[in-house]
Amino acid sequence: QFGAEFRRFSLDRYKPGKFEDFYKLILHIHHIANLEVMIGYADVHGDLLPINNDDNFFKAVSSAHPLLRVFIQRQDEVDYSNFGTNTLSRKKKALVTLRNDNLRRRPHINISMPHDFRPVSSIIDVDILPETHRRVRLYRHGCEKPLGFYIRDGTSVRVTPHGLEKVPGIFISRMVPGGLAESTGLLAVNDEVLEVNGIEVAGKTLDQVTDMMIANSHNLIITVKPANQRNNIIRSSRMSGSSGQSTDSTASHHSLSTSHVLQNFHPDEMESDEEADIVIEGGLEPQHIPKLHSLTSSGLSRINGSSLSHRLQRDLVLNNNSGRESNGNIHKLLSSLKTDPRHSLVIPRGGIEEDGTVITL
Amino acid sequence: MLTITGPLSEDFWCQDTTARKMRRFLRPGHDPVRERLKRDLFQFNKTVEHGFPHQPSALGYSPFLRLMAIGTRSGAIKLYGAPGVEFMGLHEENNTVMQIHFIPDQCQLVTLLDDNSLHLWSLKQHNEASELREEHRFTLKGPPGSPPSATQITAVLPHSSREVLYLGTESGNIFVVELPSFRVLEDRTITSEAVLQRVQEDYSNRRSCELVEALQEHPKNPDQILIGYSRGLIVLWDLQNNKVTHHFLGSQQLENLYWQRDGSKFISCHYDGSYTQWPVSSDNRQPEPLENLVPYGPFPCKAISKIYWQTTKNGLPYIIFQGGMPRASYGDRHSISVVHGSQQTAFDFTSRVIDFFIIFSSEPTAEFDDPSAMVVLAEEELVVIDLKTAGWPAVHPPYLASLHCSAITCSHHVSNIPLKLWERIISAGSKQNIHYSNMPWPIDGGTNIAPDPPQRDLLLTGHEDGTVRFWDASGVCLHLLYKLSTVRVFLTDADPNDNMNTLGEDEWPPLRKVGTFDPYSDDPRLGIQKIYLCKYSGYLAVAGTAGQVLVMELNDEDAEHVVDHAEADLLQDQEGYRWKGHEKLKTRDGPVRFEAGFQPFVLVQCQPPAVVTSLALHSEWKLVAFGTSHGFGLFDHQQKRLVFVKCTLHPSDQLALEGPLSRVKSLKKSLRQSFRRIRRSRVSSRKRRGGSGNASEEMELAPVQRKIEARSAEDSFTGFVRTLYFADTFLRDSSRHCPSLWAGTNGGTVYAFCLRVPPAERRMDEPVRAEQAKEIQLMHRAPVVGILVLDGRSTPLPEPLEVAHDLSKSPDMQGSHQLLVVSEEQFKVFTLPKVSSKLKLKLTALEGCRVRKVTVANFGSCKTDDYSENDLAVLTNLGDIQIISLPFLKLQIRYPCIRKEDVSGIASCVFTKYGQGFYLISPSEFERFSLSTKWLVEPRCVVDMPEVTSNNLVHKSGMENAVRKSRGSGRSLGDYGEDERKSGRLMEHALLNDEKVLKEIQSTLEGGRGSYAERNLARSPLGHGLSNGGAD
Repeated sequence: QFGAEFRRFSLDRYKPGKFEDFYKLILHIHHIANLEVMIGYADVHGDLLPINNDDNFFKAVSSAHPLLRVFIQRQDEVDYSNFGTNTLSRKKKALVTLRNDNLRRRPHINISMPHDFRPVSSIIDVDILPETHRRVRLYRHGCEKPLGFYIRDGTSVRVTPHGLEKVPGIFISRMVPGGLAESTGLLAVNDEVLEVNGIEVAGKTLDQVTDMMIANSHNLIITVKPANQRNNIIRSSRMSGSSGQSTDSTASHHSLSTSHVLQNFHPDEMESDEEADIVIEGGLEPQHIPKLHSLTSSGLSRINGSSLSHRLQRDLVLNNNSGRESNGNIHKLLSSLKTDPRHSLVIPRGGIEEDGTVITL
Repeated sequence: MLTITGPLSEDFWCQDTTARKMRRFLRPGHDPVRERLKRDLFQFNKTVEHGFPHQPSALGYSPFLRLMAIGTRSGAIKLYGAPGVEFMGLHEENNTVMQIHFIPDQCQLVTLLDDNSLHLWSLKQHNEASELREEHRFTLKGPPGSPPSATQITAVLPHSSREVLYLGTESGNIFVVELPSFRVLEDRTITSEAVLQRVQEDYSNRRSCELVEALQEHPKNPDQILIGYSRGLIVLWDLQNNKVTHHFLGSQQLENLYWQRDGSKFISCHYDGSYTQWPVSSDNRQPEPLENLVPYGPFPCKAISKIYWQTTKNGLPYIIFQGGMPRASYGDRHSISVVHGSQQTAFDFTSRVIDFFIIFSSEPTAEFDDPSAMVVLAEEELVVIDLKTAGWPAVHPPYLASLHCSAITCSHHVSNIPLKLWERIISAGSKQNIHYSNMPWPIDGGTNIAPDPPQRDLLLTGHEDGTVRFWDASGVCLHLLYKLSTVRVFLTDADPNDNMNTLGEDEWPPLRKVGTFDPYSDDPRLGIQKIYLCKYSGYLAVAGTAGQVLVMELNDEDAEHVVDHAEADLLQDQEGYRWKGHEKLKTRDGPVRFEAGFQPFVLVQCQPPAVVTSLALHSEWKLVAFGTSHGFGLFDHQQKRLVFVKCTLHPSDQLALEGPLSRVKSLKKSLRQSFRRIRRSRVSSRKRRGGSGNASEEMELAPVQRKIEARSAEDSFTGFVRTLYFADTFLRDSSRHCPSLWAGTNGGTVYAFCLRVPPAERRMDEPVRAEQAKEIQLMHRAPVVGILVLDGRSTPLPEPLEVAHDLSKSPDMQGSHQLLVVSEEQFKVFTLPKVSSKLKLKLTALEGCRVRKVTVANFGSCKTDDYSENDLAVLTNLGDIQIISLPFLKLQIRYPCIRKEDVSGIASCVFTKYGQGFYLISPSEFERFSLSTKWLVEPRCVVDMPEVTSNNLVHKSGMENAVRKSRGSGRSLGDYGEDERKSGRLMEHALLNDEKVLKEIQSTLEGGRGSYAERNLARSPLGHGLSNGGAD
């Protein structure tokens, strides 16, 4: 079993060598030569990415500044869908995934081993939204593309008890060619924007909605009513809002190929965009900085807020020692919350997010 | 070599987690105790409007009440009496107020709007204080089918009987309406036909169908009124017999009329710049004029639109008239001429004269007028001339100050000024005011019954012309204490000899410039952008448009000295940049003479000379920090040495480098300016209900699309330094604290520098050292608008020298400090010295609004004296004010305050340390608001209604005397001797010097406090009738 075991060792930055050698080195250092392990690393954004061939090993080494954090998991415990989705800085993501994992204890649909990519967008909450609506999540992290869309004022027609009524609404007015929004194919011109990260835009001005979107731009979740309603997900007769996430999510999992991660929208997702402010300690202990690294920036860079390293520590401990009970608890908590996402959004910030005791990888 | 590692063993996460857990338990969803406390702490009121009303349109005066009324183009009406006596009302229609007439010997007035409606307002007592309320409204209607002009009111005469109003109209008919019911008495209508009956035919034929220009009641005989028609005919009408008694056949187009006091003569003024005296006697029913004069002839002159004829004991009358200047050479002047025997002065105003009146002896028994003062309402300021003192000096107004005499560019508020500094500023200011008259303020009606201001507050405004004005913002009257000019330090193009007052003695017409309104700036680079005053040391730092930073010290004497000069190259070794903006200001070589007051001793000029965007002064460490769009610097003003500079510029940011003349930016700027023009040219839009005009216009102009894009490091102006902050805190390790300087930029970066300030005894010998300790990049990259360090008790660190002066507890240096970073989008608390995120409030992500202004304010409970807490007062870009608790960042309460379209209002907002605030509602007016239940400065005054009308003044002063005795804190009152009044005006001095007075005031304050809360609770929601400028 992997406990909280940590090793610090050094490699030549410019001659990292082959993955095979590295793999062996890892096994050797950790004295786990008899195990099949999966090696991953934390990239600059705090995402967990795999190391399994020479290319991504090289990339991992070159992106390390100056420390490369390497994570080792036993092969059979690895959940591939985890990779890339900001797993490290977003602990809740891990939770959700875990739950999914628990629910469907069936062979994972393993399309292929993700080499070095992460999702850029996903459709979420299919099970709780009306079929006419679509909740799209754009992952700005790690994507070089601009978000790339424009919004405008407009009028929308609503069905009210008193018949149809015209109300002001916010619409997508333009897509920037080559932008993230366009490339996902999930958003289109004239889609009406209903919510931004769980907050309804009704009654808000264009400028307010703009500010909200920009403030959430690193992890933007917008609920739209697509102008084109023909591509909607067709669901069974079950009404929206009922639980049964597992089947729903599986169903939608099959019907959608755009993204490989499909999860229920959850309040934690809101919180999970925990940004990591970068703190650079200025020239305090210059002796700690190897000469080679002084090229990069001044000293030790630390990802703040999520404090990657110690989180990992917790993660590993919990994953291997505390096991399933705590996961079960968390699952209960989560499912009690998720019945009404609108309600759970008003949970005091930090209520769930800050709870750092039950985390798994 | 590369180090690869597992997790670093960090010890703090454990305790961090525990803290988080704790917090979760401490965070109840709805706490009734807290809710009750919130009610005791917070309350939103717009309390009073300071400054000069925007776009005044009418003036009225009641010699009986000694109150002045000003109407505006937006339908507001404001009454002013003795300092502190203020009332405000707002017409529902928001139409221009055309005329204001007080009903003789009543607490009532009638306003005429440009929609031809009449409104009756009255001052009624309610809860011991008077309130201005609209009682009735009325629109004159003619017979069916008559043209609208038939009932278009041109002249209003409230009759001394107080029962009727005479309304002259465009058709020439005069209607009579009963008061207060506004019932038309049709049988008493004076038709133009009746008037023209006995006039010669050739005269009447030429002059039929003319409008009524003037209506004046005979000063001795209330049954006779003088009617002036626009084409020159004047008649004396007998109300008893309903017939004309005299005809005065004027040949020139009439502008106005004025009776001599005894009723034996009257004077008429005309369109051609002439005035005519007419005799009124019983033997001649159609007299010829006694005298016809064109005072500024012989060349064609402009109209004389209003004239006064004032008798004096010595026989020489005062003739005071508006206009009449020679058309060709002085036709553009706004003048009022005063002629008294051989003395003649044409007071020359910088803006259009709206109206004026003369204050004279109004006692009916007095034989002569004996004018004492002339009150002139110009479009941009109020000017009062003392007519009793030789040379006719101006009187310094205690209120209605023209805040915008040069455009306001920034403001800074300092609460609770120590007595000593206050006295010194006043004494410096009094030396500047020697040219003002010593006359007590002549408009002194009503009694101020508000408790005296709880503390001495200063509001400093920076202006475009390089001046800083110091305002007494303690009470209801915003009063100019002292004016500081930074211009002397620099060489400017302005020619000092270009002075309008240096005209020769034989100059004709004898123009004399009066007033302070001067919107023209000689050099825009002189504009003041940032001000920081240390109230304990008297150090003042002022920074301007061309990167100039001046550090000043208060000196009670005139002095001549050299200003030490340093340059701060903020680009350092950055290559290849060219500043395309304005040049830096040229400095004067050699010693400069400074008058008593704040005198600069250090000048730092930033290079490139971009506008200074942030400023901080630490008077204990003797350091000043300044930032521009390029970077920031720290200057040691003790050793007069630049400590360091830091360039914050992103290499790709060309816009910031090129300066204000760059193409893209100038386009932005010109757009902004045109918006500003639109805003200014409009009627003060806050009074436009719904703000329809303004808002829709801006919507049309603005693009309807908004781009959604994450902020990136490459955006423009990311290096723009938004905030600077000094703190003595744990920057490097948790065992030793040290002085530090914090800077936040537009790009979401926070720089922290560790400072080493030598101890006092070696302060001059060792240099101050600085070392960068931290750099924090907020991932959301929103502009950092505020930085604050909370001590171990989660209390914000005190101001420099505050502890030394025993005015604050010393900060807790035992517990761990916390850093609060406020960006436009988020509030975030970090631990120190680790700078790990502790908690945050994401305002923009949740509400779509952004932080524009943020200040720590202390809120005291109105129920118990011993409870107070610190919170953040926040103004958002939507014009909302939010109060956010410290250190838990919980939203306490939210009030809508400013319309979100009112960009300049939001930009001008300044909070005080005790939960009040100011913002500009027009270029010339500050609205004062209060978020606190405890600190509330609002007008509270009584206007007494005497019961007997004859010898009313004697009676009135008696009444006020009684009021005064009961209150013990009355200010300048009705008809007291000069000494008494002076004591009121020089209250500040009394306050400062006389211990007894101080005690007395204190006791009054304490006495008043009990009822304070009740009074506030009793504030009833009002309709259109507002009392004391209460919130709309």
